[in-house]
Amino acid sequence: MKKFVSLGLAVAMAASLTACGGSKPTETTAAAGAAETTAAAAEAETTAAAAEAAGGTFKIGVIGPLTGPAAAYGIAVANGADLAVKEINAAGGINGMMLENKAEDDEHDPEKSVNAYNTLKDWGMQMLVGATTSKPCIAVAAESANDNLFQITPSGSAVECVANDNVFRVCFADPDQGTASAKYIGENKLATKVAIIYDSSTEYSSGIRESFVKEAGNQGIEVVADEAFTADSNTDFSVQLDKAKEAGAELVFLPIYYQEASVILKQAADKEFSPIFFGCDGMDGILTVENFDTSLAEGLMLLTPFSTTEESSKEFTEAYVAAYGVEPNQFAADSYDAVYAIKAAIEKSGVTPDMEVSAICDGMKAAMTEISIDGLTGAGMTWNAAGEPNKAPKAVKIVNGVYEMQ
Amino acid sequence: MSFLSYLINGISLGSIYAIIALGYTMVYGIARMLNFAHGDVIMVGGFVIFTFVSTLGLPPILGILVAVIACTLLGVTIERIAYKPLRGTSSLAVLITAIGVSYLLQNVALLIFGSNARQFTSVVNLPGLKLAGGQLQISSVTIVTIISCIVIMLGLTTFINKTKMGQAMLAVSEDNGAATLMGIDVNKTISVTFAIGSALAAIAGALLCSTYPSLTPYTGSMPGIKAFVAAVFGGIGSIPGALIGGVLLGVIENLSKAYISSQLSDAIVFSVLIIVLLVRPTGILGKKIMEKV
Repeated sequence: MKKFVSLGLAVAMAASLTACGGSKPTETTAAAGAAETTAAAAEAETTAAAAEAAGGTFKIGVIGPLTGPAAAYGIAVANGADLAVKEINAAGGINGMMLENKAEDDEHDPEKSVNAYNTLKDWGMQMLVGATTSKPCIAVAAESANDNLFQITPSGSAVECVANDNVFRVCFADPDQGTASAKYIGENKLATKVAIIYDSSTEYSSGIRESFVKEAGNQGIEVVADEAFTADSNTDFSVQLDKAKEAGAELVFLPIYYQEASVILKQAADKEFSPIFFGCDGMDGILTVENFDTSLAEGLMLLTPFSTTEESSKEFTEAYVAAYGVEPNQFAADSYDAVYAIKAAIEKSGVTPDMEVSAICDGMKAAMTEISIDGLTGAGMTWNAAGEPNKAPKAVKIVNGVYEMQ
Repeated sequence: MSFLSYLINGISLGSIYAIIALGYTMVYGIARMLNFAHGDVIMVGGFVIFTFVSTLGLPPILGILVAVIACTLLGVTIERIAYKPLRGTSSLAVLITAIGVSYLLQNVALLIFGSNARQFTSVVNLPGLKLAGGQLQISSVTIVTIISCIVIMLGLTTFINKTKMGQAMLAVSEDNGAATLMGIDVNKTISVTFAIGSALAAIAGALLCSTYPSLTPYTGSMPGIKAFVAAVFGGIGSIPGALIGGVLLGVIENLSKAYISSQLSDAIVFSVLIIVLLVRPTGILGKKIMEKV
């Protein structure tokens, strides 16, 4: 019997290890359906456009989680890129050259992301918009560096995402988000006592937390509680919240994804703990959680470069809603900007679709540091050779269930 | 005051582990197998309640009832189709089948519901308790969880000691060959055990999702593993052992989160398990088994 129990334990440990690896079995559900149909529609349209294109067609791959827990990001990225491509093609392309886009699902899993990358390469991808989330993006960036394929990630915010010189990004890097959050809180005097609840099992979350803590001292912010959770314990936050409450935190900084945040908000409300909650771009999407009482998110602030209520994003929002039936979020805007950055860089560098992938990449790389675009996520965006964007951070607050620009 | 709050939350978490652990421990005690699909039956219970209560708007109590029935049927069906044909073969085969069933349930749930998390509406809608001038808050779910756990433990102990079926279970767990000779229907007894374990899983699902309101197809897997640990910790096969193991595990987990490190809590829980098993290989209340030479 002893042996049996220890055997059982060994299996339990193995099972928990698999759980740690975050392996999510393959999924082909109705949720993917929506994204697939948009992709299919886009394909049909772009093929038509491609036929009449005299200057050839650039094939742009898009990678993101179209299904799974982070699907809100991936679908938005696929749609944002799709919209930008359609607009550019409808306006006659880039000096007669057309764009064609195709999105592949990675389920927010690095391994599947590399598979998606390979699938897209077989399709003939010449440039990549993606991957959407940090960990998959790092995995894909290693591959694209080998191939010297031009990659621009809309939202991969981990530092390592743009470690290679063929990769650029539209969003801020994690440390920049942490620093920007601390600055924003300090400059607007939102709070002096801050608690942090972060996910120590993701680079995204721990990266932001680290830079936040570093900058907090400079801003006169005291971090009174610094609590972690992991992917295996992301449903119970009672202890973390108790400690934050105990320590008298006026603001709780949540550099995490919206799914866990929705649980935290619920549990905090149950405890009648109502500090200001402040998140980063991962918080974007919280209003879309199924069966989530959005009144719990009232007053929540998040650092995001995009809001549908802004005057400058009105036109985009209307077109997006008309095409996909949902409000765009920041990820859609990032991805839309990414495609326009590609357009600007193609114009600047003069690359053509018949060139080798590697030659296109070299041309684009040089051109990226010279362009400046007025995008949805910032006016006068520029890039440095390291791949980092330069733009001003913005924050929004949720008021009456919608984002309000601060 | 905060210590008390951590302790109570720990006991509540432990009560959920204990209810889940009961399913493991009873099945192990009687059928001598580890039913790793048990955690996923909890998830199925959660989804049934979610569908009936949040989507169709039925009263929570009715939702739980439907879930209990659905899980009971599911448990018995799984036993009939996947485990019964393997009875008498190597225990490894049954174990692997159980893991297979676990993945099957997860993937079917993924197919039907997708992997987006849903916010679960609590089935307990009562105001919480406030003690010591509001310094100590105990939510109603916490109280209901602890009470349910105690009631289930008492009920189950009475069932086993006072009813014929309960006695049959004891007999089968002691020696199923001899039990057959005494005229006990072993197959039926095992089916009833699965039915009870799965019904408890539905209740555990309701409590688990009400306390931690996030429901995904993977909701049951981590609590399932922890509850299995609790069952081993308390002594697998022993019903009071499941209670003690579950509650201790919950309390250790919460206190180590609060006072040592929120990052290390799982590591600490599993280290305690290893130490306990080194000292008492059959768990806290485990029976000493004579090895036949």
